[in-house]
Amino acid sequence: MMKNESAYFQPEIETLSVSAIRDLQLKGLREMLQRCMQSEFYRRRFREAGVSPEDIRSLDDLQRLPFTTKEDLRENYPFGLCCVPLQECVRLHSSSGTTGNPTVVLHTRRDLDDWATAVARCLWMVGSRPDDVFQNSAGYGMFTAGLGFQYGAEKVGMLTVPAAAGNTLRQIKFIKDFGTTVLHAIPSYASRIYEVMRQEGVDPVRDTRLRVLCIGAEPHSEEQRRRIEENLHVKAYNSYGISEMMGPGVAFECPEQNGLHIWEDYFIAEIIDPVTLQPVPDGEMGELVITTLKREAMPLVRYRTRDLTRFLPGDCPCGRHHRRLARLQGRSDDMIILKGVNIFPIQIEKILLSFPELGTDYLITLENKESNDTLTVDVELKELFTDDYSKLQSLEREITRRLRDEILVSPCVRIVPKGSLKVSDEKKAVRVKDLRKLY
Amino acid sequence: MTIHQLSIFLENRSGTLIKVLDCLKKSNIQIIASAIADTAQYGILRIICSDPRRAYLELEEAGIAVALSDVFAIELENKPGQAADAIKTFSDAGISITYMYSFLYGHQGILVFRTDNTDEAREVILRNRLNSVTEKDLEQLG
Amino acid sequence: MYWNPNKECMSRDEMSALQGKRLHKIVKYVYHNVPFYRNKLQEMDLTPDDILTIEDIVKLPFTTKQDLRDNYPFGLQAAPQSEIIRIHASSGTTGNPTIVGYTRKDIGVWSECMARALTAYGVVRDDIFSVSYGYGLFTGGLGAHNGVEMVGAAVVPASTGNTEKHAKLIRDLGISGIACTPSYALYLAETMEQLGITRDQIRLRVGAFGAEPWTANMRREIEERLGLKGYNLYGLSEIMGPSVSYECQLQNGSHVNEDHFFPEIIDPVTLAPLPAGQSGELVFTTLTKEGMPLLRYRTRDLCSLMPGVCDCGRTSVRMTPITGRSDDMLIIRGINVFPSQVESVVLDMKEIAPRYLLVVDRVNNLDTLQVQVELRQEYFTATFDTPAAIDELSRRLALKLRSVLNIGVKVVLKAPNTIERSQGKSAHVIDNRNIQ
Repeated sequence: MMKNESAYFQPEIETLSVSAIRDLQLKGLREMLQRCMQSEFYRRRFREAGVSPEDIRSLDDLQRLPFTTKEDLRENYPFGLCCVPLQECVRLHSSSGTTGNPTVVLHTRRDLDDWATAVARCLWMVGSRPDDVFQNSAGYGMFTAGLGFQYGAEKVGMLTVPAAAGNTLRQIKFIKDFGTTVLHAIPSYASRIYEVMRQEGVDPVRDTRLRVLCIGAEPHSEEQRRRIEENLHVKAYNSYGISEMMGPGVAFECPEQNGLHIWEDYFIAEIIDPVTLQPVPDGEMGELVITTLKREAMPLVRYRTRDLTRFLPGDCPCGRHHRRLARLQGRSDDMIILKGVNIFPIQIEKILLSFPELGTDYLITLENKESNDTLTVDVELKELFTDDYSKLQSLEREITRRLRDEILVSPCVRIVPKGSLKVSDEKKAVRVKDLRKLY
Repeated sequence: MTIHQLSIFLENRSGTLIKVLDCLKKSNIQIIASAIADTAQYGILRIICSDPRRAYLELEEAGIAVALSDVFAIELENKPGQAADAIKTFSDAGISITYMYSFLYGHQGILVFRTDNTDEAREVILRNRLNSVTEKDLEQLG
Repeated sequence: MYWNPNKECMSRDEMSALQGKRLHKIVKYVYHNVPFYRNKLQEMDLTPDDILTIEDIVKLPFTTKQDLRDNYPFGLQAAPQSEIIRIHASSGTTGNPTIVGYTRKDIGVWSECMARALTAYGVVRDDIFSVSYGYGLFTGGLGAHNGVEMVGAAVVPASTGNTEKHAKLIRDLGISGIACTPSYALYLAETMEQLGITRDQIRLRVGAFGAEPWTANMRREIEERLGLKGYNLYGLSEIMGPSVSYECQLQNGSHVNEDHFFPEIIDPVTLAPLPAGQSGELVFTTLTKEGMPLLRYRTRDLCSLMPGVCDCGRTSVRMTPITGRSDDMLIIRGINVFPSQVESVVLDMKEIAPRYLLVVDRVNNLDTLQVQVELRQEYFTATFDTPAAIDELSRRLALKLRSVLNIGVKVVLKAPNTIERSQGKSAHVIDNRNIQ
């Protein structure tokens, strides 16, 4: 491999002109729509919308196509949206559902390669090179940020440390011992790492070689980013990913730290009004909708991400003409993002209702304690069935275990007497209190 | 103004409690009040007794994990509502109670509690003229 | 079915010649790139030119886990850092783990070894295969994962945990193969039964089981309850990870990928090589590894190499199942645990006495580790006499232990002087599992 001295991982694609990008997108879109016709789901969808792939002659025609939602993925579980024979698929990711079926995302070998390339572009863009040491503190397995960053970092050729999630003392030990220069961590965890470093007397400047931090998967404020940068003495770059697309690598900040470039050779992005479903005027806030262009196994047409953002106007000095998204501003549904994991309140409710000892009132509180995002579930007992403290302790433990299995985050469960949570008095019960300062 | 309390670490298995009680019996120490804070794995036995210093040494000698700590013990009239009134006095002064137990002695109710705000608690006791039990009282009780 | 018949079915003479050639090359490589080996060879008056055939291997020095520890983290690495694209870690004997670096070629070799194993098990690209070893620094997850991807089956990176969801996916997706520890397979079977998932609702066909010892009885039980055929998969991260050796359809001994990993059996006391068929300690030399090649690495695993050639057509040498260890290492949920790791943590905490007891159990097919420690009398004081304070100490100790052992631990605080002082090493451990 020739040594790449460029600021770009793939200069020929990253620096395409806007008109070249649009040409590429139209061509990609038309090809992809043909592939979509392999699935019963899209055939039916297009028929219902009275549109066929041949009708799409310009990028403006995109609006004639129907939206795809998470519910569609769930209702067509597991393989309903698959557009290639199953034997072409080499990877499957699944995220747990709110209720009912989980969602399944399939990849062909080429999809995986495109994914790795997209992540490699992002990592290269923020200054990672083959002689860097990359440590990934994301969860591996079904959670896409683990394998997604792993493959991308290996593609760049960095020494990759698959540290996986948790075990902060060990993360810090590795950062020190391996001379980690690039770290991927969700923002709250980056703060946590700093907090524990301080407790353990580790000085980020003196004892580590950290230079670049990739943060994403969790909403955070600009102030939070600056604080993390100051504390850990790094440059921190925002990462945007969504598991239905693939995972990380959809959009990423460049060294300008002003908006996230979405890779427009892979995706078409739109911003719509989540109520009227019409496109918002350019530069206005709305829900991000993404259409995949290259995906083979599971192309998605106008997928509603539920993430709220807007396009940043103007050209970026970094030389990439791929459009920029503003920092994510929240959700158009009630999904909670905690420690990079997506949680729907109904998942918690479902588990709580399965315990006969518990009443129906509960309260979810999200807080930031000592740089650690926490989720507390207060739940009322139906009646005081025991005066044995250890029995209550083991009930709490069992609820905690079941919730952790469901939402993949360890909650703090507190059993409270009946009537102490006054949630159901109000018409629309407030069951989630988010005390983190995110936006 | 405070009295001594013994705290004993008890593993949750048979024989640990009797070992403690036997030791106190042999040393001729009288238990005046006791309470157990139990968890799934172990318990903390708390004892008010005659001659707590000697009890502490005897228990330690017997290889039992024991600590000597200071707790407040206040006398209350033996009638409904007294405990509530007393605790409210402390609560209003912003003093939190770590744990509490009580016992009757003759016609007296005695409320034992522990707080981390020791100085403030002393002040409240003085200001409200609450009667606190002394070590000397305990010797007589014993 | 073979993945690479050229290598898997090579004649003995060709294989020996290939091994000899590769051994010479690797010795030369480490001689020039790893000061540790250069010094060792020079001390023994050896140069790479003294090692020309595979029989010459007995002249070479051994490598031990202690050597890896002394050279933590990158001292034994032969390739330059920029060539290393991944590292994995396994348990060390104290606070430091053992670190292994892989080049891109190493990952390729590893994936191929794993693909050979999967092909021997009958896995093809139509399969949907779930990898339920832990992902991350542990070699089980990513190692098996890369092999399945090479074969072209669809990988479901289930990892460990969330077994209920996994059980449903096995049913809903028609998952046909699984890689996990044998005890996890039994736990999975149990979870399925609780969920009312029956054998005729699932399509599991192949199980790749390893990372911990298992018995013939366990194999029968797993095969019966999950309706699959279970194959042994052996490996260790110092050498590569899973797929150092694997069973074929005949399930009679594990074929060693001996064109990459040369096995020997030695007497763990005299260190003398033992003839085929005799049981002793397994020793491996990596013949092709670039990142961290090892000469005659003492695995501490006890087994024997089987004489004769397998009827499956593979000519590679087979090893028997592991019958034990020549040190005190425990394997808990597939993770290696050394009592000395626990000791290093216990000695670090002033509130507890320098005595400890490990109790290992298997509850519902899941291994549990309990660490019993004693409170120090002098730390049980007036400010320390509440459950809140004591639980905080337990929590802190459990956290430290988890960070070193990388598995969850239940800490039990005992009263002073209640743990018997250990006589000899084994007294630190009570293993209530019945797996030998």
